[in-house]
Amino acid sequence: MKIVVCISNVPDTTTRIKFLEGNASIDTSGIQWVINPWDELSLTRALELRDDPASGVKTVTVAHAGPASSEPTIRKALAIGADDAIRVNCEPADAFFTASQLAAAISKEGFDIIICGIESSDFNGSAVGGMISEFLGIPSVSSVSGLSIENGAPVFTREIDGGRESLKVPVPCVAIVQKGIAKEPRIASMRGIMAARTKPVRVYETVDTDCLTEIAGFEKPAPGAACKYIDPDDPARLIELLQNEARVI
Amino acid sequence: MSVLVFTENWDGKFKKLSYELVSYASAIAGMMNRKLTAFTIGRTGEEELKELGRYGADRILSLVNPALEVMDNRAWAKVIADLAEKEGSKVVVFSNNMTGKALAPRVSVRLKAGIASGVSRLPVSTEPFTVYKRAYSGNAFAGVVIKSEVKILSLAQNSYEIIEKPTGAIPETVEVEVDPSLAVTTITETHKQTGKILLTDAEIVVSGGRGMKSADNWAPLVELASLLNGATACSRPVSDEGWRPHEEHTGQTGKIIAPNLYIAVGISGATQHLAGVSSSKYIVAINNDKNAPIFEAAQYGIVGDAMKVLPKLVDAVKTLKK
Repeated sequence: MKIVVCISNVPDTTTRIKFLEGNASIDTSGIQWVINPWDELSLTRALELRDDPASGVKTVTVAHAGPASSEPTIRKALAIGADDAIRVNCEPADAFFTASQLAAAISKEGFDIIICGIESSDFNGSAVGGMISEFLGIPSVSSVSGLSIENGAPVFTREIDGGRESLKVPVPCVAIVQKGIAKEPRIASMRGIMAARTKPVRVYETVDTDCLTEIAGFEKPAPGAACKYIDPDDPARLIELLQNEARVI
Repeated sequence: MSVLVFTENWDGKFKKLSYELVSYASAIAGMMNRKLTAFTIGRTGEEELKELGRYGADRILSLVNPALEVMDNRAWAKVIADLAEKEGSKVVVFSNNMTGKALAPRVSVRLKAGIASGVSRLPVSTEPFTVYKRAYSGNAFAGVVIKSEVKILSLAQNSYEIIEKPTGAIPETVEVEVDPSLAVTTITETHKQTGKILLTDAEIVVSGGRGMKSADNWAPLVELASLLNGATACSRPVSDEGWRPHEEHTGQTGKIIAPNLYIAVGISGATQHLAGVSSSKYIVAINNDKNAPIFEAAQYGIVGDAMKVLPKLVDAVKTLKK
């Protein structure tokens, strides 16, 4: 069984986002780029499955749509333990374009389980995973917080309102994962970093697709009112303010 | 040519977010001078369906087929895309909840429709179709121009007011065709808690962080939440330590919530935590470190030890209720 994990390259989640003049694009100076947190957890779970001989998972590939400048992020994924990588050489302009590029490369190589994070921490679109599954015409399971392999077939835990359910869909399929899929992201070892240098990255050129959306610009959220402090010995005052001023209780 | 809105039902019932969605979609239909069609999938009672007409739905459809009893993303997306094509809809609205995230991207590919997800305001213009959405985990809003003929929007929960606009529409039940080869999801087990207020639906949330010090100290926090008719939540370190279940984790990689009131107890307010709660209407911070960043996000703050402040707050709420 072969797994591919789609990874996105995002600003480190502690970055204070700034925009260039005119708010048309973000100021990338000084930004540390990292693997999108959900993709990192997906990769960790995929590697746990591969490292368990009983699962039947033989290889874990990472797939990324982006320019050559995002190779360090791909190498990081290889250092963490992925066997090889696919990169579609493009600027990932919108979700539809990105998903179609990834779907084309993935279908050329053929995988049993395609794993995507539920969203990327930069654009928060929650769209690429679902779109890939529709481009490929295969089943998808979303809100996945658990993935195991039983008798050679994937078993998913899907979060639902107020609970969770276990379910099966046939392979090939797309799993769109969220928190819970792995406990903590796996960290690259020194040996992993050395090994990553020589692991294969297959580069694909783009297929012809339209972009359906574009960004007109960004806005910073309006700054909130200054905090009103309440005497710690008089919490009743807080309740009074919440009731009569904010009117939320 | 109607605007289409998908209103999910939960065991045949709608909830507040359903009416927010219909109100939002109705406003868009108004901007575009179109009728609004609301639809749900799966059996729903006539009276419940009629409720959608109170918020502006001109037509109400209940799509049924035994093969749709289990949510299979591929089969459901096909049914929705078929309806949009039949109706000639130019705008399809979903909730940006778990179900919306599962279906909207698939429908987008089927209809070749650009998507703006997590929108919280009406479009600023319909030609070009420009709408602002949450980006960079709450640190910005991105203006998205959807260039395709058909547009898909998914609305962030608790971000749009419910507006009454009764139409008196009579619900219709529609038997839809489902290609059985598409519906391949088999559920083998379901665990569901009932009677508990869901974190994503709660209007008041009381949340604890590392400042709660141990798993044994949560009783007053849980009591405060229940007195306020709210839900409990926690920060990431707390769920990582196993003090609270991971479904309570709010923050960038956990649940993104937007309650009317978020009470953060012993939470310092790291960027990643604020990403999940910054859309709350009011934030109260209780923390013994006066320099904690949570106070920058909060409208009300108490600098003090959570263990001492919480019991006093519980008493104050009890007095209020008397």
